[in-house]
Amino acid sequence: MDLFEYQGRDLFERHGLPVLGGGVAETPQEARAIAERLGGKVVVKAQVKVGGRGKAGGVKLADGADEAEARATDILGMDIKGHTVHKVMLAETADIKEEYYFSYLLDRANRTFLCIASVAGGMEIETVAETDPERVAKVAIDASKGVDEAKAREIVTLAKFPADVADQVVDIAVKLWQAFVAEDALLVEVNPLAKVGDGRVLALDAKVTLDENAGFRHPDHEALEDKSAVDPIEQAAKAKNLNYVKLDGEVGIIGNGAGLVMSTLDVVAYAGERHGNVKPANFLDIGGGASAQVMANGLEIVLGDPAVKSVFVNVFGGITACDAVANGIIQALELLAERGETVTKPLVVRLDGNNAEAGRAILDGANNPLVTRVDTMDGAAEKAAELAAAGK
Amino acid sequence: MAIWLTKDSKVIVQGITGGEGSKHTKRMLAAGTQVVGGVNPRKAGTKVDFDGTELPVFATVAEAIKETGADVSVIFVPPAFTKAAVLEAIDAEIPLAIVITEGVPVQDSAAFWSYNVSKGEKTRIIGPNCPGIASPGASNAGIIPADITPQGRIGLVSKSGTLTYQLMYELREFGFSTAVGIGGDPIIGTTHIDALRAFQEDPDTDAIVMIGEIGGDAEERAAEFIKEHVTKPVVGYIAGFTAPPGKTMGHAGAIISGSAGTADAKKSALEAAGVKVGKTPSETAQLMREVMSS
Repeated sequence: MDLFEYQGRDLFERHGLPVLGGGVAETPQEARAIAERLGGKVVVKAQVKVGGRGKAGGVKLADGADEAEARATDILGMDIKGHTVHKVMLAETADIKEEYYFSYLLDRANRTFLCIASVAGGMEIETVAETDPERVAKVAIDASKGVDEAKAREIVTLAKFPADVADQVVDIAVKLWQAFVAEDALLVEVNPLAKVGDGRVLALDAKVTLDENAGFRHPDHEALEDKSAVDPIEQAAKAKNLNYVKLDGEVGIIGNGAGLVMSTLDVVAYAGERHGNVKPANFLDIGGGASAQVMANGLEIVLGDPAVKSVFVNVFGGITACDAVANGIIQALELLAERGETVTKPLVVRLDGNNAEAGRAILDGANNPLVTRVDTMDGAAEKAAELAAAGK
Repeated sequence: MAIWLTKDSKVIVQGITGGEGSKHTKRMLAAGTQVVGGVNPRKAGTKVDFDGTELPVFATVAEAIKETGADVSVIFVPPAFTKAAVLEAIDAEIPLAIVITEGVPVQDSAAFWSYNVSKGEKTRIIGPNCPGIASPGASNAGIIPADITPQGRIGLVSKSGTLTYQLMYELREFGFSTAVGIGGDPIIGTTHIDALRAFQEDPDTDAIVMIGEIGGDAEERAAEFIKEHVTKPVVGYIAGFTAPPGKTMGHAGAIISGSAGTADAKKSALEAAGVKVGKTPSETAQLMREVMSS
């Protein structure tokens, strides 16, 4: 889960990192109140989880509460690369003398963590790495040893931080690592980490990604989730414990296993190229078990999406036999009827693997006019795309 | 023969008394796996009956090894306890630990991996978030269905469970030496490269299926390895060509970050290494059929 900047700033502050005073506002009036509290010049920053907001006009300076309110009025509701601005963060301004970069992130290839530090901050680190690679220090962090003062000093030396800020950056490096571990983060990035007029080094931005798998030991993390940005269908699916991602096509997809479902999306998209360019409408993995109840929940979510014109149920019977899956589909349709849902969209079902013959016989026996059985994944994708194109 | 898991492998189950642990212990026994016991400190000294096979429960992995000679552990404990379970397996120096559990925090996986390295990597860790490993006709450790395919001479390594089953099913006419599900998490103990190396060295494997998906650069690194070290034919498949960037697609590791981790990049890297990459699972199976029939 990616955090907003203001959430990252608050998290940094809780872990003792030096940040500027600030607050978050959802209305121009709230922005005014925060500006009054902070006093003097403030910066008003759009809170969106996408880069390049400065260039898009989402970051403005304001001198005093009146201007802050006016700038917040401008920025709230703006569209930045498809993200609507619902919140602005107001922060004290800083007299920036030098800008640095500092981050900890996951290093998948080396199965550990990595520190990236640079004295060339304030711009995209990827750009610096390309144009000025010797100014970017990359230091592997051993997950079980972490970052103590000695390790932090090694990083600071390698990245060639100036002597006058070295001690402060060492302290920040240690505290930032502690925050990274304590919050089960996958990324903490400070860009810029800045030296200001009075010589202090401050974290002026905060980019944080948290590990959702660690949610069980962070009950407070749930409150950080941005409910406004979550697609309503994704929200409904989550409430039913379904692994669902909304996409923008017309063919609803239900399958078992993340890899098989990803593969199903691809196969449907290829078939769609021959049928009115229809695309998958969603990712939905109902998991290995695939009981009638879960199938019913999945069908309800997918059929409830107005964009969906046909549904492709793609199941490989592994431990769960196909006859059980077929019964699940039939019962799911009955369950939906009982719940008062009228199903009118066509379903294409492909069952393969364990007890596939028995499963197919059950589907045939049920003789539901909405259900078409196709026995290969490619053939079924073709049929589902064709039906979706016809329903458009 | 097979890689890592053979008919002589003696398997214990950490979490044998839990729902998933007991369900799959029963399945593994039915598949002919030598399951010799389980671990649960709270039920140590008791026995569990699996359709007539009584298995002893031990307090620790070390004790289980001492009493049974176990050399494989399959771990079914919940995410909150997985790190402790794997650390225990590493301390006991069990040669193979298979972590089935889904939802393990990345920092926990990084911690047990780092610990394993500091102990000299005496334990091969497969997973987390994986279906395990199956050597058809010999042994089955994890949750891969045992009866999809008979023994044969194809090796398979995959990030995805159901795609593994799909390919095993499509190629059942040839059979498999070993299928390894390495898991869909960002940090995993055994990589595509580890499996490719083992299959290359295995005299009973003639050709290899490699299944990848979006996220990270494991497939690109595997492609480099294939170019340098693998002489057996490899057929590949990558899932997630149409996945949008920034969205996690079911597996915690299946996410395109910026321009990194796309299916296209992986496909190109594999093809540059001489690997034939199928557009769909069926096409991939067809490519392997051609390899096996030539």
